[in-house]
Amino acid sequence: MSAQAVSGRAAATYEPRRDARRIRGAIWRGLFFGATALAVVLLGMLLWSILKPGIPWLSWHLITNMPSRIPEKAGMNSAIWGSLWLVSGSGLIAFILGLGTAIYLEEYADDNRWTRFIHTNISNLAGVPSIVYGLLGLVVFVDWMHMGRSILAGALTMGLLILPIVVISSREAIRAVPLSLRQASYALGATKWQTVSAHVLPAAFPGILTGMILSMSRAIGETAPLIVVGGASQVLYRPDSPFSSFMVMPLQIFNWTGRPQEEFEQLAAAAIIVLMVILLIMNSVAIYLRQHFSKKSRW
Amino acid sequence: MSTRLTYENQIQELRDLVVTMASMVDKAIARSIDALRTQNVTLAKDVRKADKEINRLRWEGEEKSITLIATQAPMAGDLRRITAGLEIFSELERMGDHAAGIAKIVIETADEPLLKSLVDIPRMAQVAREMLDESITAFMNQDEELARAVVLRDDEIDDINDHVYRELLTYMISDPTTINRATHLLWAAHNVERIGDRITNICERTVYTITGQFEELSGGRKKRQRAKLEASANGTSG
Amino acid sequence: MAIQTPPLQAPVVSTEPSVAPGEPEAALIALKGVNVHYGTFHAVSDVTLDVGSNSITAFIGPSGCGKSTVLRSINRMNDLVPSARVEGQILYHNQDLNARSVDPVEVRRRIGMVFQRPNPFPKSIHENVAWGAKINGYKGNMDELVERCLRQAALWDEVKDKLKESGLSLSGGQQQRLCIARALATGPDVILLDEPASALDPISTLKIEELLRELKTTYTIIIVTHNMQQAARVSDETAFFSLNDQRQGVLVEKGRTDKIFTNPDDPRTEGYITGRFG
Repeated sequence: MSAQAVSGRAAATYEPRRDARRIRGAIWRGLFFGATALAVVLLGMLLWSILKPGIPWLSWHLITNMPSRIPEKAGMNSAIWGSLWLVSGSGLIAFILGLGTAIYLEEYADDNRWTRFIHTNISNLAGVPSIVYGLLGLVVFVDWMHMGRSILAGALTMGLLILPIVVISSREAIRAVPLSLRQASYALGATKWQTVSAHVLPAAFPGILTGMILSMSRAIGETAPLIVVGGASQVLYRPDSPFSSFMVMPLQIFNWTGRPQEEFEQLAAAAIIVLMVILLIMNSVAIYLRQHFSKKSRW
Repeated sequence: MSTRLTYENQIQELRDLVVTMASMVDKAIARSIDALRTQNVTLAKDVRKADKEINRLRWEGEEKSITLIATQAPMAGDLRRITAGLEIFSELERMGDHAAGIAKIVIETADEPLLKSLVDIPRMAQVAREMLDESITAFMNQDEELARAVVLRDDEIDDINDHVYRELLTYMISDPTTINRATHLLWAAHNVERIGDRITNICERTVYTITGQFEELSGGRKKRQRAKLEASANGTSG
Repeated sequence: MAIQTPPLQAPVVSTEPSVAPGEPEAALIALKGVNVHYGTFHAVSDVTLDVGSNSITAFIGPSGCGKSTVLRSINRMNDLVPSARVEGQILYHNQDLNARSVDPVEVRRRIGMVFQRPNPFPKSIHENVAWGAKINGYKGNMDELVERCLRQAALWDEVKDKLKESGLSLSGGQQQRLCIARALATGPDVILLDEPASALDPISTLKIEELLRELKTTYTIIIVTHNMQQAARVSDETAFFSLNDQRQGVLVEKGRTDKIFTNPDDPRTEGYITGRFG
């Protein structure tokens, strides 16, 4: 249908050039698709490079056994437990400190240069290389506070590492709660704490949970700080107290890749698969929780 | 530029309508008195026909006013003027009827010679016409002083009317054969006097639109009459 | 410091010319010389007006002339804006709400507020109404209170079978009535409404107006509205705000609604009402 058929006048003043625009649109679409395809392919290749050597070594032994010098007998039980303890500990620390900080900065603190300075610094801390946290942990927790290379020291170190993420995402979640909700609460004669606890936090909870998911996913995979704070030695038992030494999955993987035998390389690949599965389970649980709470306090 | 151009235009339409109608009524008064003076039946018939147009204008004015009220929600001063306008359209229409009444008298007394050459009744009509012009001006310009002044002039009409009444009465007493024609003339004078009263009503309305208070206005004569009545009721001599 | 329980009858003969002579009217709320600043910006200048009990007073005026600001000063909601500074006296039962010693939390229990966009809590209908009462330590039967408030808000029949459902599942008009019920639950004697119907359709608007007329027998109501017809329909007294030459909000005229809309004193009021300016 030509432009002429629609309106003689329109044809005189407009040049739609629809074909040219359509082609340009198609080109961009192709480029975006290409980028996606490339990403998918690279990820696929990455996965395949892990799955191929790893799958044959997947077994219950891997999960239930302790590490050993014999590849067939080696397992990552201590590492799994260590990771779980560590992630829970650091998550707890980061949650308490981080949420508290976010609530204070968003709800109680004045908006002045000082608080904005604090916020900028917290954001910057998120970008500090993790090894720096490891060194910090070594000096302060392991040495000065005499915690030794214990889970407590590790949890505190990792807690600090993920703290900025929790603070920032919690702040965003709290900030996203609309003013109208708070005003409704205040107008009924509620105090600030009543407003925050009964309305703001429940409404912000999905967002806060998202922040926690992100941060704990990071914590479970970080290696460098734990090399410094946890040590790279063998640990052949499950941790039984916050003060015991520990092994975590990424470290175990790191150890095994350092071994000369080829079997250990494949074992490492299998361990990576286990790590990814655990990560997937963690994320799914958290996403499920977030959906559940989202529905309840949808605003 | 006003924020309500359509509204202002609609109000202006109503104002124009009032002015048009008033000039038609003025013409009707002039022509009917003319017909009376010259016993011109054709002219009288014209006046009666033209009255239909005056009636039509009244309905047009009412319709437009009501539509304006429904669609534009006029408030305060606008509202007072528009509701006053409704009354004014009504009064003007009745004034037209009075003029048509005079024309009817002309037609009915066509075959009888005039009792006397008419001087007073035309004088009454002239005053009435002047009052009409001033009262409409007062309304359009929201001139309170002018409106009150017009009301006082109603005395003039009433005075002339009294004079006409006594003169015609004399005629009727001295020569009963003139009764028919005299009564017709009385009736014509009465119509003009009523026109004057209606103009007074218009002025009352005008004052209301300016002050926002209803106030009954009357010529000095009526005031004196009322005072006399009250005085005699109180037992003092007038 | 909490507000003292008000004396039972404290009639204050208002000097407002708008009050019909010979009728003593208790001025429940009296603003005297109220000025509001946001930082260096002088937003509202020298507002003085009375509000009688069991009446509906409407604040009208063009956008940005301070009517909402003045309204929010009455229940100390401006305290939530860090840069806001309210000067002057806001007398409520003859006590100055603006004094430093007065606790805004207590003020807001006694003077409720309904906002422009319905903002029920993302909780059940029952909880929406009950929460305000709970946090203020209501000791009586909660279910009874909830029912009473929902009835007063003309919402009970529509929601009595679904009190456990979320407040957000209601329509806009219903949500706003829920917000009204919620405000009633803390036992106020004054209700402030900031353009309560501007986000609603015409039928819901009329329902709310009807509701306000009923509530007036028990409560004192102040409503800010952009809609002049609404102010004319619903209120007993109308206060017209506008901007002065320094672009500060000022009270131009206040009086009985029928007078303001048929024969206002101030030409600025007439200009606004007839739509001859902004």
